[in-house]
Amino acid sequence: MTTVPMEPVAAPEPRWRALRGTNLADRLYRGVLTTLALLMPLLLLALVGELATSAWPAIQRFGLSFLWTSVWDPVAGIYGAAPMIFGTLASSLLALVIAVPLSLGVAIYLTEFAPKWLRQPVAFLVELLAAIPSVVYGLWGIFVLIPFLRTVVVPPLRAAFGWTPFLSGVFYGNSLLAGSVILAIMIVPYIAAVSREVLLAVPVSQREAALGMGATRWEAVWTAVVPYGRAGLIGAVILGLGRALGETMAVTMLIGNRHDIGLSVLQPAYTMAAAIANEFSEATTSIYLSALFEVGLILFVVTVAVNALARVLIWRVARGTAVGSRAL
Amino acid sequence: MSVRRLRRRLVSGTMTALVAVLSLVAVLALVLILGHLVAKGASSLDWSFFVKNPVPAGQSGGGVANAIVGTGIIVGLAALIGLPVGIGTGLYLAEYGSGRLAWVVRFVADVLNGTPSIVVGIFAWTWLVKPMGHFSALAGSVALAVLMVPMLARTTEEMVRLVPHSLREAALALGYPRWRTSLRVIARTALAGIVTGCLVGIARVAGETAPLLFTALGNLNFSTSVLEPMQTLSLQIYVYATGPFDEWHRLAWAAALVLMGLVLLLSLAARWAIRQRHGAAR
Repeated sequence: MTTVPMEPVAAPEPRWRALRGTNLADRLYRGVLTTLALLMPLLLLALVGELATSAWPAIQRFGLSFLWTSVWDPVAGIYGAAPMIFGTLASSLLALVIAVPLSLGVAIYLTEFAPKWLRQPVAFLVELLAAIPSVVYGLWGIFVLIPFLRTVVVPPLRAAFGWTPFLSGVFYGNSLLAGSVILAIMIVPYIAAVSREVLLAVPVSQREAALGMGATRWEAVWTAVVPYGRAGLIGAVILGLGRALGETMAVTMLIGNRHDIGLSVLQPAYTMAAAIANEFSEATTSIYLSALFEVGLILFVVTVAVNALARVLIWRVARGTAVGSRAL
Repeated sequence: MSVRRLRRRLVSGTMTALVAVLSLVAVLALVLILGHLVAKGASSLDWSFFVKNPVPAGQSGGGVANAIVGTGIIVGLAALIGLPVGIGTGLYLAEYGSGRLAWVVRFVADVLNGTPSIVVGIFAWTWLVKPMGHFSALAGSVALAVLMVPMLARTTEEMVRLVPHSLREAALALGYPRWRTSLRVIARTALAGIVTGCLVGIARVAGETAPLLFTALGNLNFSTSVLEPMQTLSLQIYVYATGPFDEWHRLAWAAALVLMGLVLLLSLAARWAIRQRHGAAR
C-alpha cells in the first residue's frame, strides 16, 4: 500500500530473494515437482474409480451374495466368488504357517546369533529371493517343486495324517499345497527383511538387561527382544500376508485353477488373482468382465487394508524411520 | 538347580542351532532355484537362442530374440515414463514434504506399492487397451511404470533426505536459487542413491508378468512397434512353462536363466552404486 516512497530506491535484486522462494524459476521448479507428485494420488483415484464403476453392474446384479455363493458359470451368467476368496485366504494363510517360523528364524539368527562376518552376506542372499521374478518361481514350481512334493513330501505326510480331511483325494501336483509352498518361499524375504529391521531397532539395553539378570542368550531374545518388537514383527507378518494375497503368476501356475472349495490341501484350488489372470482376456460378456472387475476390486480393497494395518504396526516399533518401506 | 540350569542352556543351544538351520534353509532355497536355472537352462543358451525367433509348436530349435528385444523395449519405455515421475515425486517429498499434500502422496505411494500387479494390469487395460481397441506394448509399459513410480518416489525421498542440511544452507547462502540448489547440489549429492533406486525399480518390473498378460499380450513374431502386441521374456516363460511340449520347457528354462541373469545384474549394479556412495561418504 505504501509503495510510493519505496520506489525510487531501485536497489539491485537482493540475493536473499532465493531464500524466500519468490524467484520465478523457483516457483516453476516447485510447480513442476508438485504436478509430478500429484500424479500418483490422481492415479489411485482413477484406479479405484475405474474398478468400482466397471464392477458396478456385477455388484448390482449379485449383491453381497457374490461373496459367499460358489457357482461360477459364465454360460449361465451366474457368478459367485466364494471359491476364489476361500482359495486366496487358504493359500495365503498356509503360506504364512510355513514362512513365519522360517523368516523369524532368519531374522533372529541374523540379528542375535550369527557371527558378524556372516550377517551381511546371508541377509543379502535371503533378500535375493525377492528379486526372482514370479514367473520363474512358477517354472521352478512346476518342474522341481511339484515332483519333489509328489515323491518326497506327500507320501509320508499321507501315511501319518492321511485319515484327516486335509490330505484326502489323489495328488496330481497342481494343488493348494504346491501354491502355498511356493508362496511361502516368495514371502520369506519380505517378512525376514522387515523383521530384521524391527529387531535391529530394539534397544541394546533390552538385551543387556535380560543377560544381566542371568538369562541365557535364547531367553534374552525370547523374553526381552521379541516381546519388545512384537507389534513390528506382527506388522512384518501381515506385510507378508499382503504380498501373498496379491501374488499372481506363480500361484496361477501351481494352484490348479479349479473353482472349488475343499479342505484337502492336495486338491486344486483357485485364487482371485489367478482368476483374473486366466479369465480376463476370455471374458466375452460384459457381466463376466464386470464380475472379474469386482474380484479385482475385492482383491485391491483387501490388500490395501492389510498393508495399512501392517504399516501402522511397524510404525509403532520403529516410529518415524523408513523401516519396511523398501520391502513394501 | 544345576539340572534346571543345564536344561536352560540346552534349550538356548537348541534354539540357536534351530534358527541357524532355518537361515540355512532360506539360503538353500535360493541356491536350489538358481542352481536349477543354470543346470536346466545353460545348455540351451546358444547363438540361435538369442538371434532366432520362435518356431511353430512341435518343431525344435528356434530362439527368443523377439522376447529379448521386447523386454528391452517395454521395460525401457516404462523407465522413460516412470523414472521422471518417480524421481520428481521423491524430490518433492524431500524438498517440500512437510505439508498435507506430501502426507497424502506418501500414503498413496505406500498403498500403490502394496497393490497387486494384476490389478494394475486391469487398470492399464481399461485406460489404454480398451479405448485403443487392441493390445499394445505401450499399455504394458504404462502398467510397469505405474508399478515403478511409488517405489522410486520413496527411495529417492529417502536418499535425498540423507544429504546433510548444511550443504543446502551453504548453497543458499552463496545465493543459489532453490531449484539450482535442489538439482545441482542436493540431487547430485544423492545421485548414487537415486541411481540405485532406479536400478532396483527397473529390476523389479523387468520380471513382471501379470500386468502384461492383457496389455502387451505377447507376440509370436518379431515386433518393434510399441502400438502392437509385443513378446517379453516373462510372458514367453509363462506360455512355454505351462505348455505341453518338452522343447518349450527347455526354452522356458533358458529364457528364465536369461531373465534371472538380467534381473541379478541390475540388482548387483544397484548394490555396487550404493557402495560407491557410502565409500565416498566415509
